[in-house]
Amino acid sequence: MTAYDEQRLAELIKALPPAPQAWVEAAQELPLVRGQLDDIVARAEADLAFRDALIANLEDALRLEGYKPETIPLDELRRRLEH
Amino acid sequence: MQLTSLPDAQLVARCRSGDEDAWRELVSRFSRYVYAICCQAYRLRQEDAEEVFQEVFSRAYQHLGKLRDDEAIRPWLGQLTRRLCIDRLRAGSREEIVDPETMPGGVDDKMETLDEAFAVHEAMAELSENCREILDRFFARDESYQTIGAALDIPSGTIASRISRCLSRLREAFAGRNPEPRPSS
Repeated sequence: MTAYDEQRLAELIKALPPAPQAWVEAAQELPLVRGQLDDIVARAEADLAFRDALIANLEDALRLEGYKPETIPLDELRRRLEH
Repeated sequence: MQLTSLPDAQLVARCRSGDEDAWRELVSRFSRYVYAICCQAYRLRQEDAEEVFQEVFSRAYQHLGKLRDDEAIRPWLGQLTRRLCIDRLRAGSREEIVDPETMPGGVDDKMETLDEAFAVHEAMAELSENCREILDRFFARDESYQTIGAALDIPSGTIASRISRCLSRLREAFAGRNPEPRPSS
Protein backbone atom coordinates (compact mmCIF):
# COMPACT_ATOMS: atom_id res chain seq x y z
CA MET A 1 0.00 0.00 0.00
CA THR A 2 1.43 3.38 -0.90
CA ALA A 3 1.53 6.53 1.20
CA TYR A 4 -1.57 8.67 0.85
CA ASP A 5 -1.98 12.39 0.80
CA GLU A 6 -4.33 13.90 3.33
CA GLN A 7 -7.18 14.30 0.87
CA ARG A 8 -7.11 10.58 0.10
CA LEU A 9 -7.02 9.76 3.80
CA ALA A 10 -10.05 11.96 4.33
CA GLU A 11 -11.91 10.15 1.54
CA LEU A 12 -11.07 6.81 3.08
CA ILE A 13 -12.28 7.85 6.54
CA LYS A 14 -15.50 8.96 4.88
CA ALA A 15 -15.84 5.59 3.13
CA LEU A 16 -16.65 3.83 6.41
CA PRO A 17 -19.51 5.64 8.13
CA PRO A 18 -20.92 4.04 11.25
CA ALA A 19 -23.65 1.44 10.87
CA PRO A 20 -26.96 2.38 12.52
CA GLN A 21 -26.55 2.00 16.27
CA ALA A 22 -29.64 -0.23 16.61
CA TRP A 23 -28.19 -2.71 14.08
CA VAL A 24 -24.92 -2.86 15.95
CA GLU A 25 -26.62 -3.35 19.30
CA ALA A 26 -28.83 -6.13 17.91
CA ALA A 27 -25.78 -7.96 16.56
CA GLN A 28 -23.98 -7.49 19.86
CA GLU A 29 -26.89 -9.13 21.68
CA LEU A 30 -26.56 -12.32 19.64
CA PRO A 31 -24.95 -14.41 22.41
CA LEU A 32 -27.85 -13.57 24.70
CA VAL A 33 -30.40 -14.37 22.02
CA ARG A 34 -28.65 -17.64 21.13
CA GLY A 35 -28.66 -18.58 24.81
CA GLN A 36 -32.39 -17.91 25.04
CA LEU A 37 -33.02 -19.93 21.91
CA ASP A 38 -31.08 -22.92 23.24
CA ASP A 39 -32.89 -22.63 26.55
CA ILE A 40 -36.33 -22.62 24.90
CA VAL A 41 -35.51 -25.58 22.67
CA ALA A 42 -34.12 -27.55 25.61
CA ARG A 43 -37.23 -26.83 27.65
CA ALA A 44 -39.48 -27.81 24.75
CA GLU A 45 -37.65 -31.11 24.42
CA ALA A 46 -38.08 -31.82 28.12
CA ASP A 47 -41.66 -30.57 28.46
CA LEU A 48 -44.10 -31.77 25.81
CA ALA A 49 -46.91 -29.48 27.02
CA PHE A 50 -44.64 -26.48 26.56
CA ARG A 51 -43.63 -27.74 23.12
CA ASP A 52 -47.29 -28.14 22.09
CA ALA A 53 -48.07 -24.65 23.34
CA LEU A 54 -45.18 -23.25 21.33
CA ILE A 55 -46.31 -25.02 18.19
CA ALA A 56 -49.93 -23.90 18.67
CA ASN A 57 -49.07 -20.23 19.19
CA LEU A 58 -45.40 -19.45 19.41
CA GLU A 59 -45.52 -15.82 20.43
CA ASP A 60 -48.24 -16.23 23.06
CA ALA A 61 -46.51 -19.25 24.59
CA LEU A 62 -43.24 -17.36 24.80
CA ARG A 63 -44.90 -14.35 26.44
CA LEU A 64 -46.62 -16.58 28.97
CA GLU A 65 -43.20 -17.92 30.00
CA GLY A 66 -41.71 -14.45 30.35
CA TYR A 67 -39.77 -14.28 27.07
CA LYS A 68 -39.90 -11.30 24.73
CA PRO A 69 -40.78 -12.73 21.30
CA GLU A 70 -39.59 -9.56 19.53
CA THR A 71 -36.03 -10.28 20.67
CA ILE A 72 -36.05 -13.91 19.49
CA PRO A 73 -35.50 -15.10 15.89
CA LEU A 74 -38.89 -16.79 15.58
CA ASP A 75 -38.33 -18.41 12.16
CA GLU A 76 -35.23 -20.14 13.44
CA LEU A 77 -37.02 -21.22 16.60
CA ARG A 78 -39.86 -22.70 14.52
CA ARG A 79 -37.34 -24.61 12.41
CA ARG A 80 -35.62 -26.00 15.47
CA LEU A 81 -38.92 -27.03 17.06
CA GLU A 82 -39.88 -28.94 13.93
CA HIS A 83 -36.86 -31.23 14.24
CA MET B 1 -4.76 -5.35 27.34
CA GLN B 2 -8.03 -3.63 26.46
CA LEU B 3 -10.36 -5.43 24.09
CA THR B 4 -10.22 -2.53 21.64
CA SER B 5 -6.47 -3.00 21.23
CA LEU B 6 -6.49 -6.80 20.98
CA PRO B 7 -5.28 -8.12 17.62
CA ASP B 8 -8.01 -9.70 15.51
CA ALA B 9 -6.80 -13.27 16.10
CA GLN B 10 -6.84 -12.90 19.89
CA LEU B 11 -10.23 -11.25 19.78
CA VAL B 12 -11.64 -14.13 17.73
CA ALA B 13 -10.15 -16.65 20.18
CA ARG B 14 -11.80 -14.82 23.09
CA CYS B 15 -15.14 -14.83 21.24
CA ARG B 16 -14.83 -18.54 20.62
CA SER B 17 -14.29 -19.15 24.32
CA GLY B 18 -17.64 -17.48 25.03
CA ASP B 19 -16.44 -14.02 26.08
CA GLU B 20 -19.48 -11.84 25.42
CA ASP B 21 -17.55 -8.58 25.77
CA ALA B 22 -15.14 -9.80 23.11
CA TRP B 23 -18.09 -10.51 20.84
CA ARG B 24 -19.37 -6.97 21.37
CA GLU B 25 -15.98 -5.62 20.40
CA LEU B 26 -15.84 -7.84 17.34
CA VAL B 27 -19.22 -6.54 16.14
CA SER B 28 -18.16 -3.00 16.86
CA ARG B 29 -14.82 -3.44 15.06
CA PHE B 30 -16.29 -4.83 11.84
CA SER B 31 -19.76 -3.26 11.77
CA ARG B 32 -18.76 -0.36 9.51
CA TYR B 33 -17.04 -2.69 7.08
CA VAL B 34 -20.03 -5.03 6.77
CA TYR B 35 -22.42 -2.08 6.53
CA ALA B 36 -20.35 -0.43 3.79
CA ILE B 37 -20.23 -3.62 1.73
CA CYS B 38 -24.03 -3.89 1.91
CA CYS B 39 -24.79 -0.25 1.20
CA GLN B 40 -21.90 0.94 -0.96
CA ALA B 41 -20.54 -2.06 -2.81
CA TYR B 42 -23.91 -3.77 -3.40
CA ARG B 43 -26.19 -0.78 -2.90
CA LEU B 44 -28.81 -2.77 -1.03
CA ARG B 45 -31.92 -1.00 0.14
CA GLN B 46 -31.80 -0.16 3.83
CA GLU B 47 -34.20 -2.92 4.89
CA ASP B 48 -32.29 -5.53 2.87
CA ALA B 49 -28.99 -4.22 4.19
CA GLU B 50 -30.24 -4.57 7.75
CA GLU B 51 -31.25 -8.20 7.21
CA VAL B 52 -27.94 -9.05 5.57
CA PHE B 53 -26.04 -7.23 8.33
CA GLN B 54 -27.76 -9.28 11.05
CA GLU B 55 -27.38 -12.50 9.08
CA VAL B 56 -23.65 -11.92 8.62
CA PHE B 57 -23.05 -11.57 12.35
CA SER B 58 -25.45 -14.37 13.19
CA ARG B 59 -23.59 -16.78 10.89
CA ALA B 60 -20.25 -15.47 12.09
CA TYR B 61 -21.27 -16.18 15.68
CA GLN B 62 -22.41 -19.70 14.83
CA HIS B 63 -19.48 -20.62 12.61
CA LEU B 64 -16.59 -18.86 14.29
CA GLY B 65 -15.29 -22.28 15.27
CA LYS B 66 -14.87 -23.20 11.60
CA LEU B 67 -12.58 -20.26 10.84
CA ARG B 68 -9.24 -21.82 9.87
CA ASP B 69 -7.11 -18.75 10.45
CA ASP B 70 -8.21 -16.37 13.21
CA GLU B 71 -6.24 -13.54 11.63
CA ALA B 72 -8.38 -13.86 8.51
CA ILE B 73 -11.58 -12.76 10.24
CA ARG B 74 -11.96 -9.60 8.14
CA PRO B 75 -11.64 -11.24 4.70
CA TRP B 76 -13.88 -14.05 5.95
CA LEU B 77 -16.55 -11.57 7.04
CA GLY B 78 -16.08 -9.71 3.77
CA GLN B 79 -16.66 -12.85 1.70
CA LEU B 80 -19.63 -13.85 3.80
CA THR B 81 -21.18 -10.41 3.40
CA ARG B 82 -20.59 -10.43 -0.36
CA ARG B 83 -22.23 -13.85 -0.71
CA LEU B 84 -25.28 -12.82 1.32
CA CYS B 85 -25.61 -9.53 -0.60
CA ILE B 86 -25.57 -11.43 -3.90
CA ASP B 87 -28.18 -13.88 -2.58
CA ARG B 88 -30.33 -10.96 -1.51
CA LEU B 89 -30.04 -9.24 -4.90
CA ARG B 90 -30.86 -12.46 -6.74
CA ALA B 91 -33.85 -13.11 -4.49
CA GLY B 92 -35.19 -9.66 -5.29
CA SER B 93 -34.40 -9.74 -9.01
CA ARG B 94 -37.64 -11.29 -10.27
CA GLU B 95 -38.76 -7.89 -11.50
CA GLU B 96 -35.37 -6.48 -12.32
CA ILE B 97 -32.32 -8.35 -13.60
CA VAL B 98 -29.35 -7.53 -11.43
CA ASP B 99 -25.82 -8.70 -12.01
CA PRO B 100 -23.91 -7.50 -8.96
CA GLU B 101 -20.54 -8.10 -10.57
CA THR B 102 -21.27 -5.67 -13.39
CA MET B 103 -22.84 -2.93 -11.32
CA PRO B 104 -21.56 0.58 -12.04
CA GLY B 105 -18.27 1.27 -10.38
CA GLY B 106 -17.48 -2.43 -10.04
CA VAL B 107 -17.86 -4.30 -6.80
CA ASP B 108 -14.24 -5.42 -6.76
CA ASP B 109 -12.99 -1.83 -7.06
CA LYS B 110 -15.29 -0.78 -4.27
CA MET B 111 -14.13 -3.68 -2.09
CA GLU B 112 -10.55 -2.61 -2.63
CA THR B 113 -11.42 0.89 -1.50
CA LEU B 114 -13.22 -0.44 1.58
CA ASP B 115 -10.22 -2.58 2.48
CA GLU B 116 -8.00 0.51 2.25
CA ALA B 117 -10.51 2.46 4.29
CA PHE B 118 -10.45 -0.23 6.96
CA ALA B 119 -6.66 0.03 7.14
CA VAL B 120 -6.94 3.79 7.56
CA HIS B 121 -9.47 3.38 10.36
CA GLU B 122 -7.10 0.92 12.04
CA ALA B 123 -4.32 3.50 11.83
CA MET B 124 -6.64 6.01 13.50
CA ALA B 125 -6.37 3.89 16.64
CA GLU B 126 -2.85 5.26 17.07
CA LEU B 127 -4.10 8.85 17.30
CA SER B 128 -5.22 10.58 20.46
CA GLU B 129 -8.87 10.04 21.32
CA ASN B 130 -9.53 13.70 20.55
CA CYS B 131 -8.04 13.42 17.07
CA ARG B 132 -9.91 10.21 16.37
CA GLU B 133 -13.18 11.78 17.42
CA ILE B 134 -12.68 14.91 15.36
CA LEU B 135 -11.73 13.06 12.18
CA ASP B 136 -14.48 10.49 12.57
CA ARG B 137 -17.15 13.03 13.36
CA PHE B 138 -16.20 15.35 10.53
CA PHE B 139 -15.53 12.87 7.73
CA ALA B 140 -17.35 9.63 8.57
CA ARG B 141 -20.32 11.08 10.45
CA ASP B 142 -20.53 14.24 8.36
CA GLU B 143 -21.01 16.47 11.40
CA SER B 144 -20.64 20.25 11.19
CA TYR B 145 -17.92 22.25 12.97
CA GLN B 146 -20.61 23.54 15.29
CA THR B 147 -21.84 20.06 16.25
CA ILE B 148 -18.32 18.79 16.78
CA GLY B 149 -17.38 21.82 18.83
CA ALA B 150 -20.43 21.40 21.07
CA ALA B 151 -19.91 17.64 21.49
CA LEU B 152 -16.22 17.87 22.32
CA ASP B 153 -16.41 21.19 24.12
CA ILE B 154 -13.92 22.97 21.90
CA PRO B 155 -14.36 26.28 20.03
CA SER B 156 -15.81 25.55 16.58
CA GLY B 157 -13.41 28.13 15.11
CA THR B 158 -10.50 25.83 15.90
CA ILE B 159 -11.96 22.68 14.32
CA ALA B 160 -10.54 23.27 10.83
CA SER B 161 -6.98 23.62 12.10
CA ARG B 162 -7.42 20.59 14.39
CA ILE B 163 -8.67 18.52 11.45
CA SER B 164 -5.64 19.51 9.45
CA ARG B 165 -3.27 18.67 12.31
CA CYS B 166 -4.97 15.35 13.00
CA LEU B 167 -4.91 14.38 9.31
CA SER B 168 -1.21 15.09 9.26
CA ARG B 169 -0.70 12.82 12.30
CA LEU B 170 -2.83 10.16 10.67
CA ARG B 171 -0.70 10.35 7.58
CA GLU B 172 2.39 9.68 9.69
CA ALA B 173 0.69 6.86 11.60
CA PHE B 174 -0.52 5.27 8.40
CA ALA B 175 2.88 5.54 6.75
CA GLY B 176 4.43 3.92 9.82
CA ARG B 177 2.10 0.93 9.52
CA ASN B 178 2.34 0.69 5.74
CA PRO B 179 5.88 1.63 4.70
CA GLU B 180 6.41 2.16 1.00
CA PRO B 181 8.48 -0.62 -0.54
CA ARG B 182 12.03 0.44 -1.37
CA PRO B 183 12.75 0.50 -5.08
CA SER B 184 14.80 -2.55 -6.04
CA SER B 185 18.32 -1.75 -7.21
